Amino acid sequence: MPSLDDLKKRIKSVKSTQKITKAMKMVAAAKLRKAQENAEKGRPYSEKMQNIILNLTKSIENPENAPKLLVGTGQDKTYLCVVLTADRGLCGGFNSNICKLAKANFKEILGEGKNLKIITVGSKGLDQIKREYEKFIIKKFSFKEKKQVSYKEVDIIGNEIISLFNKNEFDKCILFYNNFKNVITQIPQAQQIIPAENKNADLKKNDTLSYEFEPDEDEILEDLLPKNISTQVFKAFLENAASEQGSRMTAMDNATRNAGDLVDKLTINYNRSRQASITKELIEIISGAESL
Amino acid sequence: MSDKFTVEIISPIKSIIKSDTSEVVIPSYEGEMGILKNHIPIITFLRPGVIKIINEIERNYFVEDGTVEFIDDNLLILTSTAKDVNKFDKTEIDEIISEAEKKIGNSEISDKEKYLLSYKINTLKNLN
Repeated sequence: MPSLDDLKKRIKSVKSTQKITKAMKMVAAAKLRKAQENAEKGRPYSEKMQNIILNLTKSIENPENAPKLLVGTGQDKTYLCVVLTADRGLCGGFNSNICKLAKANFKEILGEGKNLKIITVGSKGLDQIKREYEKFIIKKFSFKEKKQVSYKEVDIIGNEIISLFNKNEFDKCILFYNNFKNVITQIPQAQQIIPAENKNADLKKNDTLSYEFEPDEDEILEDLLPKNISTQVFKAFLENAASEQGSRMTAMDNATRNAGDLVDKLTINYNRSRQASITKELIEIISGAESL
Repeated sequence: MSDKFTVEIISPIKSIIKSDTSEVVIPSYEGEMGILKNHIPIITFLRPGVIKIINEIERNYFVEDGTVEFIDDNLLILTSTAKDVNKFDKTEIDEIISEAEKKIGNSEISDKEKYLLSYKINTLKNLN
């Protein structure tokens, strides 16, 4: 049985922890609003770009001559996995969820006897992946000092991916990030960016829009596809930023509530033992008086 | 009948402008291109230059690159570098010019890059 003094100290410490988590929640909520706005503003760009590429792809007549970024190298020996995570912790399962998904994919790739290369973005993911897969990591990025990651910085990652691709370092590239659905739900996602995955390609095949291209399709595609890689990575970044804040907000909200519950329980305990000690003292006094 | 169509410039961060206009001049890769209503569907990309949106008030945006799609009287410009010309200040322009001139002096770059850089320098000099 802890003494009254111990209980008092515990209640105090839990209360101060609660204050911290509450403050973190507030900060995350404010940041979330901004991040969410950014993610929503950034969506049209990537969507429209995908649309244009889709239209271009449809008008290409012989796929053999199409740029390799679009159709792939024709092999699938080496995989490049880009894992996007946060630089800070205390955001619930955010980082772990991405890493879990990524690791499951790594296992599958290695299980099939294929080569694996990893690029990590963000320090938290690096820490988790390093333990098992350190020898596969070829490059690490971190934007810890940056408050807001701009398109220019993401472009560096995009260019890195493209230059690796041009050197024939890999055949397929997969992007891991958290998709922001709403504040409570973030879905970890694996998106293949090279070769470009066209999920909606069949749906819209009936539209026969005849575009004029200037210069010709191939040249436009050559200009557009590298941009698309950066755009996709940037989109993933924005989604990730919103998810991180959302995840942190929920986690901190839970922590605050848990701390509240704990304080209530400890207070009851404290009051009980205070009562008990008073009763004990009373009994001692009464029985002492009786024996006189 | 109105002779207006919608023009939209989108950057990765936000939508820069969306408005109705009667004419837009874009610096397409193969030369300046004026677009009016009922233009045929077209996809092209940009070299460094100035996008002119001609309306009651004329708006000018400096761009370095980008992709353009015109369909159903909707002109869509995707670019990561659009900048309102009125918001440029002189020192900024000079800085970009000197940087570009340094690059163009470098003999390692390809002809295509040289072509793009020379346009960039020319347009910026005209802005000054």
